[in-house]
Amino acid sequence: MMLLATVGPEAYLGVSAILFAIGVGGLLLRRNPIVMFMCIELMLNAANLAFITFAHELDDIGGQVSVFFVLVVAAAEVVVGLGILVAIMRRRPDATADDLDVLKG
Amino acid sequence: MTIDPTLMTTVVTAAQSTPTLVHAVWLIPALPIAAFVLLIACGRRLGEPFAGWVAVAGMAGAFVASVLTWIGLRQMPGDERAFEQNLFTWIGAGTFHVDLGFLVDPLSVTMSLFVTFVATVIFIYSIGYMKGDPDFSKFFVYLSFFAFSMLILVNGSSLLVTFLGWEGVGAASWFLIGFWFQDDANASAGKKAFITNRVGDWGFLVAMFFTFLAFGTFNYTEIFAHVSPVASTTVSAIVIFLFLGAIGKSAQLPLYMWLPDAMAGPTPVSALMHAATMVTAGVYLLVRVNPLIAASDPWVGTTIAIVGGLTALFAATVAIAQRDIKKVLAYSTVSQLGYMVMAVGSGAYVAGIFHMVTHAFFKALLFLGAGAVIRGMNSEQDMTWYGKLWKFFPITGATFIVAWLAIAGIPPFSGFWSKGDILGMAWHKSPVLWAIGALTALLTAYYMTREVVLIFFGRRRWTELEPTAVDAEAHDEHPTVDANGNPLPTGPGAPHHVEHGAPVQPTEAPAVMTIPLVVLAVGATVLGILNLPFGDRFKVLEHWLEPSVHLGESTWHIPAATQWGLEIVVVVLSLIGIAGGYYVYQRLTTTRDEQLRYEPEILLNSWYYDLGISAFMGGPVRRASQWLATTFEWLVIDGAVAGTGRLLSVGADRARRVQTGHVRNYAFGLTAGAALLLIFVLYRASF
Repeated sequence: MMLLATVGPEAYLGVSAILFAIGVGGLLLRRNPIVMFMCIELMLNAANLAFITFAHELDDIGGQVSVFFVLVVAAAEVVVGLGILVAIMRRRPDATADDLDVLKG
Repeated sequence: MTIDPTLMTTVVTAAQSTPTLVHAVWLIPALPIAAFVLLIACGRRLGEPFAGWVAVAGMAGAFVASVLTWIGLRQMPGDERAFEQNLFTWIGAGTFHVDLGFLVDPLSVTMSLFVTFVATVIFIYSIGYMKGDPDFSKFFVYLSFFAFSMLILVNGSSLLVTFLGWEGVGAASWFLIGFWFQDDANASAGKKAFITNRVGDWGFLVAMFFTFLAFGTFNYTEIFAHVSPVASTTVSAIVIFLFLGAIGKSAQLPLYMWLPDAMAGPTPVSALMHAATMVTAGVYLLVRVNPLIAASDPWVGTTIAIVGGLTALFAATVAIAQRDIKKVLAYSTVSQLGYMVMAVGSGAYVAGIFHMVTHAFFKALLFLGAGAVIRGMNSEQDMTWYGKLWKFFPITGATFIVAWLAIAGIPPFSGFWSKGDILGMAWHKSPVLWAIGALTALLTAYYMTREVVLIFFGRRRWTELEPTAVDAEAHDEHPTVDANGNPLPTGPGAPHHVEHGAPVQPTEAPAVMTIPLVVLAVGATVLGILNLPFGDRFKVLEHWLEPSVHLGESTWHIPAATQWGLEIVVVVLSLIGIAGGYYVYQRLTTTRDEQLRYEPEILLNSWYYDLGISAFMGGPVRRASQWLATTFEWLVIDGAVAGTGRLLSVGADRARRVQTGHVRNYAFGLTAGAALLLIFVLYRASF
């Protein structure tokens, strides 16, 4: 609470935006599936940080509730997503995201 | 003998619950259909002649029911003479419903009376005429079905019920024209009649669609009660399309050509359907909807009258050159129907109905007489091979002469009075129409005299043999057994070859055929009393029909001097026609070749109208259809269908390339979309 008092919400939103941008950049530019996965986590947490900031600024508990939802969904996503990734990496240890195009139309 | 016991109890209860006899109306069509069902079930077992008598009983019962209905209607006060009987809801869909019901009013009762009477007489005649035909009982099945349909048509309480009967008589017509279908020409004639009538039926259907749009109902009473708020243009359209239906059914120009071909049917069929009753259905329909005609634009009535007048004249000219005994009468029927249509178009509904009734008698008589002659002459139908048959056919000849005088319009026979009424009313509409009608009367007298002289007087030509070579050749074309080795039917008029001039012993018809002739002859003589022009008191039919035709000729006043002057002129013209016919065929010519000089080729071929239609339909129309069926169908219709498929196939092939399968492409798409949304939101927020 002390820190929040001294640093304005712009700083938090700024950090959130930077984290999100890093996540987007990583997702679009990297090919390693694990790294891309981590980037998604980064974006989710950037959103969480923005939620918390607005919840505090607007004095609305709704933002914090949303964060819990995001955390739960992210956990579920990690369970499923990592399971799929591990399965893929077992069969093709050196696969990149661009190699996985069996759903091509 | 055809009445089911349960039906009888129903009648009794109906009669007990209401005081009037008009409730018997449902029996009028019910008895012929009962005979129909009975004959279908066991007609062959009943055999000859009992199957015929079953049909006669059904028909006579219908006549009795008509009389009862008539008496019932007479018990009602003069201006309230209309009664509707609804048997059951035929079609019910939400707010729309059509009852299977009957409308009893002076018009429908008049029709029922004469239709059932003439039909009964012709049914009796048929027992004699169809003797020996292998399909004897089937003939009466069809006849009963026809009678049922005709009576539904006449008594129907709505356009749709009338249409039911209308199509029923069309189907019966097809059955009966092609009754001897072993001969290809007969089957084709049936098809021609049916298909030509479809053109008219299309008009009837369109008229019903318009009626439903404008009135929301098909019921006659409801329609007539709501005529005034409807635009006269709409009413005109309805009437014109109904008139198209009437043109088809009543064989008017330009759809008349099926009727002469319909003579391929057995002669009683020609008499009953294609002269006395069925073909008058078109005229009846127009009279039925006379409040609509009154509410339509003036050009509608004028058009109807002109079509009728032209048809009358056209057919009369063609009739003077026909050689087939029945073809003359067929064209004569077309001509007389033209008179009736002209009367309706002139607004003279009573005169039209009057002529319909008298014509039914004398034309049925002419046809039945012709049938008796054909039967007695071993199926010969070409009048040029008759001659001087008077002493062989005393009864047929005498009754035929009565009918001849009636149709020629010689007083006091019935045709004179009804034709006089029509021509008087036509004069009231326009002297030009009268002139057409008067000229037709002259031609009518001429061609009927020609027919009478060719059959009964002149020189005996039926003993003059044809060259034998022709006979031998003709024999080969007409085997007496069919493809399966079964003998072909040999009834009178059955499809077997006629040897012109072959030795024949002319024989007068049996009593079962001549008694109907005498009955009809009495009717043809005296029926003029229905509507005599001697003053208001004698116009029985006009007063009787007044509740049905409010706006008819009873409101007109034609000076007696004019009326009688016109009558005299027409009689003089008719006498000139008779004298001309007598002079040409009795005095001037004796041999076949001489007579042919007075029968122009162009008239024999009905002004080449029929051939023209055939050439047109078989030539340009057929080629155009061929082009449509092959080129147009292939390129445009199939092209459009196949093109749609190709478009989808090619388009989908292009579109699927978007789906790369690379997850980073999709991610880029998502990001770009989100970025665009963000820009949009920011852009909106900045205002």
